[in-house]
Amino acid sequence: MASNAAVPFWRAAGMTYITYSNICANLVRNCLKEPYKTEALTREKVHFAVSKWVDSKPQKSSMIRIFLDLGFLRCAIRSDTEEE
Amino acid sequence: MLRRATGLLARPILSCRARPFSTDLPAPQTTDSSFVEAWKKVIPNMEPPKTPLSFMQPRPPTPSSIPSKLTVSFVLPYASELSNKEVDMVIIPSTTGQMGVLPGHVSTIAELKPGLLSVHEGNEVTKYFVSSGFAFIHANSFADIIAVEAVPLDQIDASLVQKGLAEFTQKLSSASTDLEKAEAQIGVDVHSALNAALTG
Repeated sequence: MASNAAVPFWRAAGMTYITYSNICANLVRNCLKEPYKTEALTREKVHFAVSKWVDSKPQKSSMIRIFLDLGFLRCAIRSDTEEE
Repeated sequence: MLRRATGLLARPILSCRARPFSTDLPAPQTTDSSFVEAWKKVIPNMEPPKTPLSFMQPRPPTPSSIPSKLTVSFVLPYASELSNKEVDMVIIPSTTGQMGVLPGHVSTIAELKPGLLSVHEGNEVTKYFVSSGFAFIHANSFADIIAVEAVPLDQIDASLVQKGLAEFTQKLSSASTDLEKAEAQIGVDVHSALNAALTG
Protein backbone atom coordinates (compact mmCIF):
# COMPACT_ATOMS: atom_id res chain seq x y z
CA MET A 1 0.00 0.00 0.00
CA ALA A 2 1.26 3.47 -0.76
CA SER A 3 2.32 5.64 2.20
CA ASN A 4 -0.59 7.84 3.14
CA ALA A 5 1.28 10.41 5.27
CA ALA A 6 3.10 13.21 3.50
CA VAL A 7 6.75 12.61 4.38
CA PRO A 8 8.95 15.63 5.06
CA PHE A 9 11.38 16.44 2.26
CA TRP A 10 14.43 15.34 4.23
CA ARG A 11 13.02 11.91 4.90
CA ALA A 12 12.12 11.54 1.25
CA ALA A 13 15.77 12.25 0.45
CA GLY A 14 16.89 9.45 2.77
CA MET A 15 17.86 11.49 5.83
CA THR A 16 16.83 10.49 9.35
CA TYR A 17 15.36 12.88 11.90
CA ILE A 18 18.52 12.86 14.03
CA THR A 19 20.67 13.86 11.06
CA TYR A 20 18.21 16.62 10.18
CA SER A 21 18.12 17.88 13.74
CA ASN A 22 21.92 17.87 14.03
CA ILE A 23 22.31 19.75 10.75
CA CYS A 24 19.85 22.40 11.95
CA ALA A 25 21.69 22.72 15.26
CA ASN A 26 25.05 23.07 13.50
CA LEU A 27 23.74 25.75 11.17
CA VAL A 28 22.37 27.71 14.13
CA ARG A 29 25.67 27.37 16.01
CA ASN A 30 27.58 28.70 13.02
CA CYS A 31 25.49 31.88 13.05
CA LEU A 32 26.30 32.91 16.59
CA LYS A 33 28.28 35.93 17.74
CA GLU A 34 31.85 35.49 18.79
CA PRO A 35 32.25 34.37 22.41
CA TYR A 36 29.14 32.19 22.15
CA LYS A 37 30.27 30.69 18.89
CA THR A 38 33.51 29.23 20.27
CA GLU A 39 31.68 27.68 23.23
CA ALA A 40 29.09 26.28 20.91
CA LEU A 41 31.67 24.70 18.63
CA THR A 42 33.14 22.79 21.56
CA ARG A 43 29.66 21.33 22.05
CA GLU A 44 29.58 20.17 18.48
CA LYS A 45 32.52 17.82 18.90
CA VAL A 46 31.86 14.19 19.70
CA HIS A 47 34.66 12.15 21.22
CA PHE A 48 34.56 8.48 20.45
CA ALA A 49 36.94 5.57 20.57
CA VAL A 50 36.91 2.72 18.11
CA SER A 51 38.45 -0.69 18.51
CA LYS A 52 38.13 -3.90 16.51
CA TRP A 53 37.32 -7.06 18.40
CA VAL A 54 38.50 -10.59 17.57
CA ASP A 55 37.69 -13.64 19.75
CA SER A 56 36.01 -11.44 22.37
CA LYS A 57 39.14 -9.35 22.87
CA PRO A 58 39.78 -5.87 21.61
CA GLN A 59 42.46 -6.05 18.93
CA LYS A 60 44.25 -2.81 19.43
CA SER A 61 44.17 -0.10 22.04
CA SER A 62 41.33 2.22 21.22
CA MET A 63 42.26 5.52 19.68
CA ILE A 64 40.43 8.62 20.73
CA ARG A 65 38.90 10.34 17.75
CA ILE A 66 37.11 13.64 17.54
CA PHE A 67 34.24 13.79 15.17
CA LEU A 68 32.95 17.06 13.74
CA ASP A 69 29.61 16.55 12.15
CA LEU A 70 29.14 19.29 9.57
CA GLY A 71 26.07 17.74 8.04
CA PHE A 72 27.25 15.09 5.69
CA LEU A 73 30.76 16.51 5.47
CA ARG A 74 32.07 14.49 8.32
CA CYS A 75 35.65 15.10 9.38
CA ALA A 76 37.18 12.68 11.82
CA ILE A 77 40.25 14.13 13.44
CA ARG A 78 42.47 11.58 15.07
CA SER A 79 44.12 12.89 18.16
CA ASP A 80 47.05 10.48 18.26
CA THR A 81 49.01 8.68 15.57
CA GLU A 82 47.58 5.56 14.08
CA GLU A 83 49.24 2.24 13.56
CA GLU A 84 47.18 0.74 10.77
CA MET B 1 -5.83 -9.79 1.72
CA LEU B 2 -8.20 -6.87 2.05
CA ARG B 3 -11.30 -9.04 2.48
CA ARG B 4 -10.03 -10.26 5.82
CA ALA B 5 -9.12 -6.77 6.99
CA THR B 6 -12.61 -5.98 8.31
CA GLY B 7 -12.64 -9.20 10.32
CA LEU B 8 -9.19 -8.44 11.71
CA LEU B 9 -10.19 -4.92 12.63
CA ALA B 10 -13.34 -5.83 14.53
CA ARG B 11 -11.78 -8.13 17.10
CA PRO B 12 -8.91 -5.98 18.47
CA ILE B 13 -11.26 -3.10 19.22
CA LEU B 14 -13.32 -5.28 21.57
CA SER B 15 -10.39 -6.92 23.32
CA CYS B 16 -8.05 -3.98 23.97
CA ARG B 17 -8.90 -1.04 26.16
CA ALA B 18 -7.28 2.30 25.57
CA ARG B 19 -4.32 2.82 27.89
CA PRO B 20 -4.79 5.73 30.26
CA PHE B 21 -2.52 8.76 29.88
CA SER B 22 0.29 9.01 32.38
CA THR B 23 -1.38 12.02 33.99
CA ASP B 24 -4.60 10.09 34.67
CA LEU B 25 -3.02 7.32 36.70
CA PRO B 26 -2.70 7.69 40.49
CA ALA B 27 0.77 8.81 41.55
CA PRO B 28 3.01 5.85 42.50
CA GLN B 29 4.04 5.55 46.13
CA THR B 30 7.40 7.07 46.78
CA THR B 31 8.34 4.77 49.63
CA ASP B 32 7.54 1.13 50.22
CA SER B 33 5.84 1.24 53.65
CA SER B 34 6.33 -2.44 54.47
CA PHE B 35 10.08 -2.15 53.80
CA VAL B 36 10.33 0.96 55.98
CA GLU B 37 8.52 -0.77 58.88
CA ALA B 38 10.68 -3.87 58.63
CA TRP B 39 13.82 -1.68 58.56
CA LYS B 40 12.75 0.27 61.60
CA LYS B 41 12.16 -2.94 63.56
CA VAL B 42 15.68 -4.16 62.89
CA ILE B 43 17.65 -0.89 62.80
CA PRO B 44 15.62 1.74 64.66
CA ASN B 45 18.47 4.27 64.85
CA MET B 46 19.29 4.68 61.16
CA GLU B 47 17.13 6.23 58.47
CA PRO B 48 15.97 3.73 55.84
CA PRO B 49 17.81 4.13 52.52
CA LYS B 50 16.12 6.27 49.90
CA THR B 51 15.14 4.67 46.63
CA PRO B 52 15.30 6.50 43.29
CA LEU B 53 11.51 6.76 43.31
CA SER B 54 11.56 8.86 46.46
CA PHE B 55 13.77 11.46 44.76
CA MET B 56 11.39 11.88 41.87
CA GLN B 57 8.72 14.48 42.25
CA PRO B 58 5.55 13.05 40.78
CA ARG B 59 3.51 15.36 38.65
CA PRO B 60 -0.02 16.20 39.76
CA PRO B 61 -2.89 14.36 38.09
CA THR B 62 -5.17 16.25 35.73
CA PRO B 63 -7.11 18.72 37.86
CA SER B 64 -10.85 19.09 37.37
CA SER B 65 -10.67 22.87 36.84
CA ILE B 66 -8.16 24.58 34.54
CA PRO B 67 -5.11 25.77 36.52
CA SER B 68 -4.07 29.39 36.27
CA LYS B 69 -0.46 28.81 35.25
CA LEU B 70 1.39 26.57 32.84
CA THR B 71 4.42 24.74 34.27
CA VAL B 72 7.14 24.64 31.65
CA SER B 73 10.39 22.66 31.52
CA PHE B 74 12.58 23.74 28.63
CA VAL B 75 15.66 21.55 28.35
CA LEU B 76 18.65 21.26 26.06
CA PRO B 77 21.12 18.37 25.94
CA TYR B 78 23.73 20.41 27.81
CA ALA B 79 21.63 22.67 30.03
CA SER B 80 18.20 23.13 31.52
CA GLU B 81 16.91 26.54 30.47
CA LEU B 82 13.66 26.43 32.44
CA SER B 83 12.86 23.80 35.01
CA ASN B 84 9.24 23.61 36.17
CA LYS B 85 8.73 27.32 35.78
CA GLU B 86 5.19 28.65 36.14
CA VAL B 87 4.31 30.89 33.22
CA ASP B 88 1.20 32.28 31.58
CA MET B 89 1.81 31.17 28.02
CA VAL B 90 4.43 29.79 25.67
CA ILE B 91 4.38 30.15 21.91
CA ILE B 92 6.17 27.26 20.26
CA PRO B 93 7.30 27.04 16.64
CA SER B 94 5.71 23.76 15.64
CA THR B 95 5.80 22.35 12.12
CA THR B 96 2.11 23.23 11.80
CA GLY B 97 2.78 26.88 12.65
CA GLN B 98 3.25 29.00 15.75
CA MET B 99 1.23 27.36 18.51
CA GLY B 100 0.20 29.25 21.63
CA VAL B 101 -0.01 27.04 24.70
CA LEU B 102 -2.15 28.24 27.59
CA PRO B 103 -2.93 26.41 30.83
CA GLY B 104 -5.55 23.78 30.14
CA HIS B 105 -4.24 23.04 26.65
CA VAL B 106 -5.20 19.65 25.26
CA SER B 107 -2.48 16.97 25.43
CA THR B 108 -0.28 17.41 22.37
CA ILE B 109 3.01 16.21 21.04
CA ALA B 110 4.36 18.77 18.60
CA GLU B 111 7.45 18.51 16.42
CA LEU B 112 9.25 21.85 16.31
CA LYS B 113 10.73 23.51 13.25
CA PRO B 114 13.54 26.07 13.41
CA GLY B 115 11.88 29.19 14.81
CA LEU B 116 11.12 31.45 17.70
CA LEU B 117 9.99 30.20 21.08
CA SER B 118 8.58 32.84 23.41
CA VAL B 119 7.79 32.44 27.08
CA HIS B 120 5.24 34.92 28.44
CA GLU B 121 5.22 35.55 32.17
CA GLY B 122 3.25 38.56 33.37
CA ASN B 123 4.52 41.44 31.27
CA GLU B 124 7.85 39.96 30.30
CA VAL B 125 8.53 37.90 27.23
CA THR B 126 11.69 35.80 26.84
CA LYS B 127 12.48 34.73 23.31
CA TYR B 128 14.74 31.91 22.16
CA PHE B 129 15.58 30.70 18.69
CA VAL B 130 15.13 26.94 18.67
CA SER B 131 16.87 24.79 16.07
CA SER B 132 14.48 21.84 16.22
CA GLY B 133 13.00 19.57 18.84
CA PHE B 134 9.76 18.44 20.35
CA ALA B 135 7.17 19.83 22.73
CA PHE B 136 5.07 17.58 24.94
CA ILE B 137 2.03 19.20 26.48
CA HIS B 138 0.31 17.14 29.13
CA ALA B 139 -3.28 17.33 30.29
CA ASN B 140 -2.30 18.66 33.73
CA SER B 141 -0.86 21.88 32.21
CA PHE B 142 2.73 20.73 32.30
CA ALA B 143 4.76 21.32 29.18
CA ASP B 144 8.10 19.75 28.35
CA ILE B 145 10.00 21.37 25.52
CA ILE B 146 13.17 19.73 24.35
CA ALA B 147 15.51 21.19 21.77
CA VAL B 148 19.01 20.47 20.55
CA GLU B 149 20.09 24.09 20.38
CA ALA B 150 18.30 27.18 21.64
CA VAL B 151 19.85 30.63 21.73
CA PRO B 152 18.55 34.00 22.93
CA LEU B 153 18.16 36.36 19.97
CA ASP B 154 20.94 38.72 20.98
CA GLN B 155 23.54 35.99 20.51
CA ILE B 156 22.78 35.68 16.79
CA ASP B 157 24.97 37.51 14.29
CA ALA B 158 22.83 39.03 11.53
CA SER B 159 25.63 39.28 8.98
CA LEU B 160 26.43 35.57 9.29
CA VAL B 161 22.75 34.80 8.81
CA GLN B 162 22.62 36.80 5.59
CA LYS B 163 25.78 35.17 4.30
CA GLY B 164 24.44 31.74 5.13
CA LEU B 165 21.14 32.47 3.42
CA ALA B 166 22.86 33.62 0.24
CA GLU B 167 25.19 30.62 0.27
CA PHE B 168 22.44 28.05 0.71
CA THR B 169 20.13 29.66 -1.83
CA GLN B 170 22.96 29.37 -4.28
CA LYS B 171 23.60 25.75 -3.26
CA LEU B 172 19.93 24.96 -3.70
CA SER B 173 19.94 26.11 -7.30
CA SER B 174 23.13 24.22 -8.10
CA ALA B 175 22.30 21.01 -6.21
CA SER B 176 22.15 17.80 -8.22
CA THR B 177 21.36 14.81 -5.98
CA ASP B 178 18.30 14.51 -3.73
CA LEU B 179 20.49 14.60 -0.65
CA GLU B 180 22.27 17.80 -1.66
CA LYS B 181 18.95 19.39 -2.44
CA ALA B 182 17.60 18.37 0.97
CA GLU B 183 20.63 19.77 2.77
CA ALA B 184 20.48 23.02 0.84
CA GLN B 185 16.76 23.26 1.55
CA ILE B 186 17.40 22.76 5.26
CA GLY B 187 20.03 25.50 5.12
CA VAL B 188 17.62 27.88 3.41
CA ASP B 189 14.85 27.07 5.93
CA VAL B 190 17.04 27.56 8.98
CA HIS B 191 18.60 30.79 7.74
CA SER B 192 15.30 32.31 6.66
CA ALA B 193 13.82 31.42 10.03
CA LEU B 194 16.81 33.07 11.73
CA ASN B 195 16.34 36.12 9.55
CA ALA B 196 12.64 36.33 10.31
CA ALA B 197 13.34 35.95 14.02
CA LEU B 198 15.88 38.76 14.00
CA THR B 199 13.80 41.18 11.97
CA GLY B 200 10.26 40.24 13.07
